[in-house]
Amino acid sequence: MGARPPHLLDFQDWTPERLGAILDNADTMLQVLDRPVKKVPALQGLTVCNAFFENSTRTRTSFELAARRMSADVLTFAAGASSVSKGESLRDTMEVLTSYKVDAYIVRHHAAGAAHLVARYSGKPVINAGDGRRAHPTQALLDAYTIRQEYGSLEGKTVAIIGDIRHSRVARSNAELLPKLGAKVVLCGPAPLLPAGLGALPGVTLTTDPRAAVRGAHAVMALRLQRERMSGGFLGSLQEYADTYQVNETLMQEAESGAVVLHPGPMNRDLEISGDAADGPRSRILKQVENGQAIRMSVLYHLLVGRN
Amino acid sequence: MITITNIKRVGSEKTESVTIENGLIKGWNLPEEGDVIDGQGGTVAPALIELHAHLREPGQTEKEDLASGLAAAAAGGYGTVVSMPNTSPVVDDPAIVRSLIEKASGLGFARLRPAAALTKGQKGEELAELTYLKEAGAAMFTDDGRTNENARTLRLGLETAGSLGMVISVHAEDASLRADGVMNEGPVSEALGLPGNPASAEAARVARDIEIVAGLHAQGVPARLHIQHLSTARALDLVRAAKAQGLPVTCEVCPHHLTLTDEALRSFDAIFKVAPPLRTQADADHLLEGLRDGSVDCLATDHAPHTRAEKERDLLDAPSGIAYIELAFPLMYTRFGETLGLERILDLMTAAPARVMGWTEPTLDAGQKADLVVLDLTTERTVNPAEFKSKAKFTPWAGETLKGWPLLTVVDGKVAYQR
Ligand SMILES: [Zn+2]
Repeated sequence: MGARPPHLLDFQDWTPERLGAILDNADTMLQVLDRPVKKVPALQGLTVCNAFFENSTRTRTSFELAARRMSADVLTFAAGASSVSKGESLRDTMEVLTSYKVDAYIVRHHAAGAAHLVARYSGKPVINAGDGRRAHPTQALLDAYTIRQEYGSLEGKTVAIIGDIRHSRVARSNAELLPKLGAKVVLCGPAPLLPAGLGALPGVTLTTDPRAAVRGAHAVMALRLQRERMSGGFLGSLQEYADTYQVNETLMQEAESGAVVLHPGPMNRDLEISGDAADGPRSRILKQVENGQAIRMSVLYHLLVGRN
Repeated sequence: MITITNIKRVGSEKTESVTIENGLIKGWNLPEEGDVIDGQGGTVAPALIELHAHLREPGQTEKEDLASGLAAAAAGGYGTVVSMPNTSPVVDDPAIVRSLIEKASGLGFARLRPAAALTKGQKGEELAELTYLKEAGAAMFTDDGRTNENARTLRLGLETAGSLGMVISVHAEDASLRADGVMNEGPVSEALGLPGNPASAEAARVARDIEIVAGLHAQGVPARLHIQHLSTARALDLVRAAKAQGLPVTCEVCPHHLTLTDEALRSFDAIFKVAPPLRTQADADHLLEGLRDGSVDCLATDHAPHTRAEKERDLLDAPSGIAYIELAFPLMYTRFGETLGLERILDLMTAAPARVMGWTEPTLDAGQKADLVVLDLTTERTVNPAEFKSKAKFTPWAGETLKGWPLLTVVDGKVAYQR
């Protein structure tokens, strides 16, 4: 399987076998979540720090629940009100948190690479819970897991990701992960939101044509569109965007017959995704949320159990 | 009076001595007089000239001050340093220029030639009082730290400064194209998810500024434009074309743009965050070619110290800049001694910056100002930032083995640094 990477920052150091093991292990975690007592003692005595330098209630809750279901103690650090926002260095903050004898960090930060710095300064396992535009590896793992549930494997599958690719850590992480697991990734969006440089990643192609992107796809993921992209001059209008790039039933006609619809949430209904696509039989969006907890439990288990 | 013995002039194997009196070179191989300093077999050259250093005084002395910055410069073999005016307050007032020169002259390290702001508060709107600033001793005018977005203001500045025989130097980046970019735009920035700063931000601005100079030149208006820290191949090609047309445009390149690329940002370490950003290997190769063929006029370090805490922030929040004035010559000599040759490297760091500024070219002839450096071209030393005189005690080259370290720097006939 190769050496066990000490952190989950992105997928660079991860072999397909290690990643497969996390997905396999998530099956077990889903069973735990089906039990009347949804708790296992795997992380008893360990303290996990939720270090959220950027607000995200959904992701934080998912990680917190995952850690608690593994019997870990959870310390939550929310930087919103702290001195970090006033320019204290990341290292200074980490020194304070380290003094609390934390065993692992879950890090969310607005800057790409911040989780890498935390890993360098903390010396403890770090799980990247989203750093700027860089990576959101547990989201990509849960996306991969959700698709795998559908087809049994990602080998030979095509996944289309449509929307604001430029600013999306979800798109980047999926573009890194899915090809490692044997899938092809098609990234699609309006040209200013589709950086040409991403076409250099193995197994990744780019297109500005959503119909071409979706053709032959086994899964189609719509990305959340930040409305402020309008003021950034990236788009002519939200209406123009929706008319061209919205993931809806008409567009899905182009995909493989059993193709599923994904969305990392939260959704702008009727902007990047139509109500019928979000709520219809193809939608696996609620499944993603459920799988997210199992994946995060599996990642914690993988990084922390059996490590001294 | 001092005599430095046991030294060699560049290109000569002969061991000689030089005697210095009243700030001037009295002569070579005279009978030893005054304090005798053993040059340890080192190679002697005119002291280096730095056209682009941030010494952070006034107002940002937690990063650097005149004493630490000029001591660092002397340790790097520099005799003269042009400081950038983007301090707090901005150097846009003749009184500040005077006080900086006065303070620096008492320190006994490298000589300070402060640059003054081109516009009031470096806001890019109204010209500063260029005439008074020149009288106070300003070496040139620049809004470095900011980009000159208002083309008309720059044009008026070029006319005024040109009439005063002064150079305007520019940080050539189009701010709207640069946008929020923190590193070179390309496959690396996309893979890392960091906002990119495209090469076109530099090239587009260089093209605009050259056109302004060309327009003035065609009307016979004297104007001299110096482009700072050129980082891209395309911008250099524009400068080449301008020179071919005989336009009074010069440019500098920084050793960090020659020796590092955007790949370094894969570490996510803000020590590699600079403006303009580290580019690609192809850009670095092209710039090196420009040093060889003369389309790059001189080297400058853009010595830009920050506190360690500032550089330990994430890449979006950390300020731009690398401080390495103490390493510039050893770095250039170790990396490019073979390809460029010692004489060309020394020219790029001594006479060439003087030509850009319109100053007398330094030489080691009798009767000349005694600004000189003795370089040890053979002993290899490991870079240890803890020994830096600069307040910024960290560097991308920590732990590297370099040769070409200064042994002795003499400024105005006085020892400013001795290893
Ligand atoms: Zn600059």
